[in-house]
Amino acid sequence: MKPAPFDYLRAGNLDEALATLAEHGSEARIIAGGQSLLPMLNMRLAKPAVLVDIMGVAGLGEVRREGEIIVVPAGVRQAALLQRPGLASEQPLLAAALPWLGHYQTRARGTVCGSAAHADPSAEIPLCLVALAGEVRLRSRRKRRVLKAADFFAGMMVTGKADDELIEAVAFPAARPGTGYAFNEVARRHGDFAIVGCAAMVEAGQIHLAVAGVADKPERRSWPRLDGSALDDALNAFAWELDAREDLHASARLRRDLVRTLGRRTIEEAGRCLA
Amino acid sequence: MKAEIISWTGQSVERVEDAALLTGRGRFIDDLGTRPGTLHAAILRSPHAHADILSIETETAAALPGVVAIVTGRDLAKLTTPMVAGLKIAAENWPMALERVRYVGEPVAIAVAESRYLAEDALDAIEVAYKPLKTVVDPVASMGEGAPVLHEKAGANLVSDRRFRYGEPEAAFAAAAHTISVSVAYPRNTGAPMETFGVVADYDPHEDVYDILANFQGPFSIHTVLARALKVPGNRLRLRMPPDSGGSFGVKQGVAPYAVLIGVAARIAGRPVKWIEDRLEHLGAAVAATNRVTALKAAVSAEGCISALDWDQIEDCGAYPRAPEPATLYRMHGNMTGAYDIRHVAMRNRVVLTNKAPTGLVRGFGGPQVYFALERLMQRIAVELQLDPLDVIRRNLIPAGAFPYRTATGALYDSGDYQAAVEQAVAGRLAELEQRRDAARAAGKRYGIGFAAAVEPSVSNMGYITTVLTAEERRKAGPKNGAQATATVSIDPVGSVSVHVASTPQGQGHRTVLAQVVADIFGLPHRDIRVVADLDTGKDAWSIASGNYSSRFAAAVAGAAHLAAIRLRDKLALIAADQLKAESTQIGFAGGAVFAKGNPDKTIPFGRVAALCHWAPALLPDGVDQTIRETAFWTPPQLTAPSEGDEINSSLCHGFIFDMAGVEVDPANGKARIDRYVTMHDCGRVLHPGMVEGQIRGGFAQALGATFYEELAYAEDGAFLTGTLADYLLPTATETPDIEILHIETPSPFTQLGTKGVGEGNCMSTPVCLANAVADALGVSEINLPLTPARLAALAAGPEPAQPETGRAVVPAARPGDRSLRGEGEARVAAAPAAIWAMLLDVDTLASIIPGCHGVEKLSDTHFKADVTLGVGPVKGRYKAEIKLSNLDEPRAATLTGSVSGALGTGGGSGRVTLTPDGAGGTVIGYAYEAAVGGKVAAIGGRLLDGAAKAIIGQFFAALARKASPGKPGLLARLFGRRA
Amino acid sequence: MPRLSAATRHRVGFTLNGKPVSVEAEPRLLATDALRHDIGATGTHVGCEHGVCGACTILIDGAPARACLTLAVQLEGREVTTVEGLAPAQDRLSVLQAAFRRHHALQCGFCTAGILISLDAFLREQPEPSEQELREVVGGHLCRCTGYTPIIAAAVEAAALLRRESQTIAQTIALESLDV
Repeated sequence: MKPAPFDYLRAGNLDEALATLAEHGSEARIIAGGQSLLPMLNMRLAKPAVLVDIMGVAGLGEVRREGEIIVVPAGVRQAALLQRPGLASEQPLLAAALPWLGHYQTRARGTVCGSAAHADPSAEIPLCLVALAGEVRLRSRRKRRVLKAADFFAGMMVTGKADDELIEAVAFPAARPGTGYAFNEVARRHGDFAIVGCAAMVEAGQIHLAVAGVADKPERRSWPRLDGSALDDALNAFAWELDAREDLHASARLRRDLVRTLGRRTIEEAGRCLA
Repeated sequence: MKAEIISWTGQSVERVEDAALLTGRGRFIDDLGTRPGTLHAAILRSPHAHADILSIETETAAALPGVVAIVTGRDLAKLTTPMVAGLKIAAENWPMALERVRYVGEPVAIAVAESRYLAEDALDAIEVAYKPLKTVVDPVASMGEGAPVLHEKAGANLVSDRRFRYGEPEAAFAAAAHTISVSVAYPRNTGAPMETFGVVADYDPHEDVYDILANFQGPFSIHTVLARALKVPGNRLRLRMPPDSGGSFGVKQGVAPYAVLIGVAARIAGRPVKWIEDRLEHLGAAVAATNRVTALKAAVSAEGCISALDWDQIEDCGAYPRAPEPATLYRMHGNMTGAYDIRHVAMRNRVVLTNKAPTGLVRGFGGPQVYFALERLMQRIAVELQLDPLDVIRRNLIPAGAFPYRTATGALYDSGDYQAAVEQAVAGRLAELEQRRDAARAAGKRYGIGFAAAVEPSVSNMGYITTVLTAEERRKAGPKNGAQATATVSIDPVGSVSVHVASTPQGQGHRTVLAQVVADIFGLPHRDIRVVADLDTGKDAWSIASGNYSSRFAAAVAGAAHLAAIRLRDKLALIAADQLKAESTQIGFAGGAVFAKGNPDKTIPFGRVAALCHWAPALLPDGVDQTIRETAFWTPPQLTAPSEGDEINSSLCHGFIFDMAGVEVDPANGKARIDRYVTMHDCGRVLHPGMVEGQIRGGFAQALGATFYEELAYAEDGAFLTGTLADYLLPTATETPDIEILHIETPSPFTQLGTKGVGEGNCMSTPVCLANAVADALGVSEINLPLTPARLAALAAGPEPAQPETGRAVVPAARPGDRSLRGEGEARVAAAPAAIWAMLLDVDTLASIIPGCHGVEKLSDTHFKADVTLGVGPVKGRYKAEIKLSNLDEPRAATLTGSVSGALGTGGGSGRVTLTPDGAGGTVIGYAYEAAVGGKVAAIGGRLLDGAAKAIIGQFFAALARKASPGKPGLLARLFGRRA
Repeated sequence: MPRLSAATRHRVGFTLNGKPVSVEAEPRLLATDALRHDIGATGTHVGCEHGVCGACTILIDGAPARACLTLAVQLEGREVTTVEGLAPAQDRLSVLQAAFRRHHALQCGFCTAGILISLDAFLREQPEPSEQELREVVGGHLCRCTGYTPIIAAAVEAAALLRRESQTIAQTIALESLDV
């Protein structure tokens, strides 16, 4: 299990990285934390011609605020975001979801943007981006553009990012007053990809629930403040709409069940945070 | 009884092994240097479960820089013979495929190069043409009419069918008040040691000697298999084992075929060759425990007393009956009645072959499969007769005074007090457990209690496997029995003591225990004894039973070391008696001195007596030959060959386990929480409590994996699905609960130290104990492993809330085990059906719309070949594709059948495409497909496939729509794929 | 910086357990292979090469990393710690290593290096860990021998001993400063 040959560019700045992407397109791959890419290289599932390491690029390593937006640039490791002082009040959903992301050891290397770029439908970062209606900031040598999270994630490991683009940052809206957040997940083992992950955001007049692990990308629905059987019905409809996957780790039925039960529990927890 | 004063033995001293392992100074196979010029091997493996090999093109690979040799099955066959199997059948058992592959992961070619990286590059350049064949993965189906036969020479997949009868089972069933039965499909799992296989081989053409270093664990009966396969006498296969091995759990017996492969690779390359198995290879093709289909019936009285058992076992050994199989099926033969006094047994044992990896030793070795059925049966008896499950166990246990106890099937249970063990385990604990259950149930929780009693056999009789033969066949083959253990104790010229054993430890701490045992004989500190446990068959004492399996260390090997040390000590006592002018019977050894008992003046330092033989042999008293080295061989007389009536004492020692668990199942998410787990052991005398505890905890954790997480899963078509540790799930610290461990000690009268094995018991008792608790919690009768969330939720859940009426297609239920990809969709295109039809049959159009297409070749009007790059995200591979159109209904419908093959695996599928006029000059293209994939991608990226198929098919139709109505992408009204 | 071409080896210099080292590495060379086979630091083991088992965990600039998911070229200029760097002297064990030995927290010892590395890093970050936190850290590793219980027990004990040690040092420093 050894990678096929590739060139390696330790980019000193973004322009170098973007020029290489422009030159090689899909044959070039960005490497940051490497936690998703390296296994694919070792298994030779991926055989890029050139790897572009962006961890040496200045200015990508610090989380920053832009008003009510938490901007996480491409060099920020998952552990750094989790350890950000005040994260639990700044955005409680991230504080609740990040400990579920892999393990202590992989969070220390893996980046937030790398997880978004990998676009695993069970992963926590894409789920949070979709739940919070965050955005993905893309950049190529030609231009910068911003995609809403819901438009960025297109399917299993498929995103709206073009081959010559890289994710410069992802942006999560900070917690808003009068809004409750909650996160829950069921996985085979602690640290595994979710069978179902639920992220809920409850506001005065609205409920938002995003679900990972069920469809081929995280999906969010919004409803007015339903409860009782109306909420059950809404969740049941959502569960069926997601066209749940059947795989080795869970049945489609269990996934639908979890949308109904874990989804409801998560919404209720978010509602209690609000109260 | 033995006279010596025990001091070190029985203490949990710190292990001598640990400091090196903790500081990175271990000497595992891949930590040892190799000779300059050593090459590296990588193995190309079959992506197909069953296929004929049409051709293997190796020229391109062989010409790559750094590549020294490419070895195929044909090259192998010139230098070796097929490996001898445990069954005398006509199937040829080669370690690498010749004309046909029979399981995914079967070796097909070896690339030998200057580095592992270059060797893997070479694998990518080897092209193999396969003709896929029908596959069979289910053991019952493999015996059915029309099942593809794996080995035509063998005539059928059913390669052994033996019936046994002990006592009067028919009469017992006829007389019984009740017949109660269970049926079990026990899944495949494996030991998954953290270190994979490794082999470094060299060949000397002048002496015709293979020198092979491998982290093999024994049994060394396999040495004879290897020497025969390599066509050399035993003395020309020097097999060496590294000092450390990263766990085995039986599995490293499976290194054996690779010793042949890498040996031959070294011979062909003319240089030493090293191969370290990677994890994907290991999970897919190393060693699996057998999966087994069992139907077990009991003749039971109204009180729950069992008078007879009727076993029907169908054992699946995978694609080749690889030695020592079918040992998994026969290892437990003597103890098929478990801990119970049951005098009548009927048994049918069948061995079948299927398109899955070959099986072999895995911790528990046959025990998990047997006890899962037997202890599920005990619970079912209680449930069906409305008896207390513990009472049913108690009523049937072998009475305490009955030992040594001869079972109906021939085992001689050495010692035990099962009643005392059970009563000590439940005392106080069961009442508390029942309270916890009642409280949980009162709160609406699903909580259950499970029990399991098991007899844990250890020190295998090397003759048990011959029970698979008829008495007549055994007579012809000659008797096989016993279990030679060996140990050497030696004294050097300064009088320090060394021990060498052929136990090939895999991390258990043999060196520490042997130091304790031998130190006590000589009255020395245990740290003064130096133990070496790496084995070299070229110069060390060994025999066929040597190695690390059937929990034989404490009972057999430590006993042999004890024996060798006593022989030396007794001779030293004669020397000391001579020197001290005392009676030899009055000589004592303690505190580093040799002394005459009761006479404190008469003392000599141990080293002085011990070294005498080197420096002044003339002073040896009469009757003492030498005191330099003593090698003891020990085989217990109780291990006799199978009787004419097929009774077999399959193991020397029989420990006892009684387990009790409280488990809560959350029906909402299908997760089980172990609330309490108590495990009571009687493994005879305990030599090192810390290590015994380690064996129990480690065995429990593996059993936990087997219960809830682990399965080597195959699709119906033989695709292997659990090729990574992200799909073959091992329990971690967050899943593994603490357990309560209890002991009673009834020393074995048959072993030198009173010891019995303890390493495998929980792999036998724990899965069924937990399953019994889950069955009790959920009130279900049939339950199979692994107890995944989906399986538990399905057992616990009621009917599902209905799919709301939305006009969407109803989601059909998937067949269990069916991992094929299905989807359907439609695309609306602004061109008439006739135009679309023409496009689908046109080479240039196809070339432009097939995703990633590098070119299409037209073989006929309806048959195309294409070269494509397919991928999702960064996962990309180049494939050769074939597309055929059939059932043409121009211009309304056609069936598209396609297949792809490439380094990442294979895929095939078919779909019906329909073209319907949309009434506005356009066409609605409808499609429904069913596809299946195999090879690497199926094994390691199962989750990826749905998305890939959907994306690629989506891309195809999107491109078709674009091509049909250029400039009007908006007309692509609806495009969705859906998976059943 | 120039692009490192696939076909040639490039000098990569870094600090290993406090000492400067260098290897000649193709871009694709994994850090595991560079450490083990080029430098000879074979204490870091390879169990899966896809980042799951944790046997190859090392510290890069003090933070844990799977060496099998790290390229040798990514080590350029970094401070790397492996199991060989944990003991205070050749013939001694660290507090954590000694606790592992006392508790029989290893059997075959193949996974042990990675677990020691993770716990070493975590106990620096969090000197007063809960048992659950330790379980989650060890949860990033696979051990097939021990059933984990003794590993957790060793980690709990080592954490307590290390706290006592650092308190003693703190007290000694305080006393010394009083003396001055």
